[in-house]
Amino acid sequence: MLSVANLSFERNFQPVFQPLDFTLGGAELLIITGPNGCGKTTLIRLLAGVLTPTHGQVSLNGNRLAWVGHLLAIKDDLSVLENLEFTRQFMAGWVDTRACTATQAVQRTGLHRVRHQLARHLSAGQRKRCALARLLFSTAELWLLDEPYSNLDHEGTALVDQLLADHIAGGGSCVMATHGEHRPAVAQQQSLQLQPGERPI
Amino acid sequence: MTPPAAAPSPARMFFTLIRRDLLLAFRRRGELLFPVIFALVVISLFPLGIGPGPVLLARIAPGVVWIAALLATVISLDSLFRSDFEDGSLEQFLISGHPLPLIVLANTTAHWLVSGLPLVLLSPLLGLWMNLPEQAMGVLLASLALATPILSLVGSIGVGLTISLRRGGQLLSLLVFPLYVPVLIMATGGIMAAVDGLPYGAFLGLLSAGLIASLTLAPFATAAALKISLS
Repeated sequence: MLSVANLSFERNFQPVFQPLDFTLGGAELLIITGPNGCGKTTLIRLLAGVLTPTHGQVSLNGNRLAWVGHLLAIKDDLSVLENLEFTRQFMAGWVDTRACTATQAVQRTGLHRVRHQLARHLSAGQRKRCALARLLFSTAELWLLDEPYSNLDHEGTALVDQLLADHIAGGGSCVMATHGEHRPAVAQQQSLQLQPGERPI
Repeated sequence: MTPPAAAPSPARMFFTLIRRDLLLAFRRRGELLFPVIFALVVISLFPLGIGPGPVLLARIAPGVVWIAALLATVISLDSLFRSDFEDGSLEQFLISGHPLPLIVLANTTAHWLVSGLPLVLLSPLLGLWMNLPEQAMGVLLASLALATPILSLVGSIGVGLTISLRRGGQLLSLLVFPLYVPVLIMATGGIMAAVDGLPYGAFLGLLSAGLIASLTLAPFATAAALKISLS
């Protein structure tokens, strides 16, 4: 599904984390942990292909990505439903538009009551739910979740776990960066502790 | 995880994105009208500033209308890609699997519909305001219709390069004005020729060539620039 070989990334000639090697198979979850600033988000962005590695390579073997990062890509001037419907139409052909409508997605994520409100009026947790709702349309094999539990209440945390369990049960994989204690109940679990990089002498 | 329902549809993506951008522009109507009002104000200042002599105004009309259009475009460029860059939409577009140049072309088309097209439609009024002779009115309209898309497309490259900078807007104007000079020369040259009763077809032909060149090349340059800005 995903293989990473000798991956490193340098910012101002300073490696962000120590070189990484790992592979991730189908129906597996990889949890990336580490203190603030150890390069979790950088690694996720490298896996997404937004950043280019300094050394090594990331190979997705043709699998498609869904990514929920710190920037949630929610338009403040559109309502919750409009935001979701846009993604659904935009990704038409790749998402399974018959499997889940935007209305079903807001119901599933507990945003039904605020579905016609502009996204600018949502709370941080509701915005996170709105971004996570996109995963319901996604047919991507690999999910990249960057701190998926931040800003979420107990119910929201359970929602993430449920979404993830369904995804893994369908044979998909996930890379999750988190610094919290919570771990989703997924049988096939790897974890990776990032070490801050050291400047070569 | 179900298999994809159908092949990805670039055309549907393109029009969905344009519709979203137009809806967003409509939700922010104040910003929507600003470039057009700006152009109107600049043009209306000229008769006040240099006196309402009809002969002089007619002489400078092509240049004034066109410079106002240039300035209005540069002002409006700031909104192109800005919110998509800041809220992470651009990153999502990048990993979506759709060709980024096509996404960029959709954004730029929506930008032109909002900022360029109103100028084209208002241009007869602007010409009248500046006492432009009647026989040149059609050429003014044609030159704006052909060349305001060039301004948006070429401007999008500059936006792509400067979007990650904090005060990118100022650098942007320095970057794109030199690139706008040939467009300005061709457009005003054509209108002047029409005023003098000379053939103006060559000028419009060159603007058309510029439009085709920028339509086919600029989205690729912009996509490459945005990729650099995102990393």
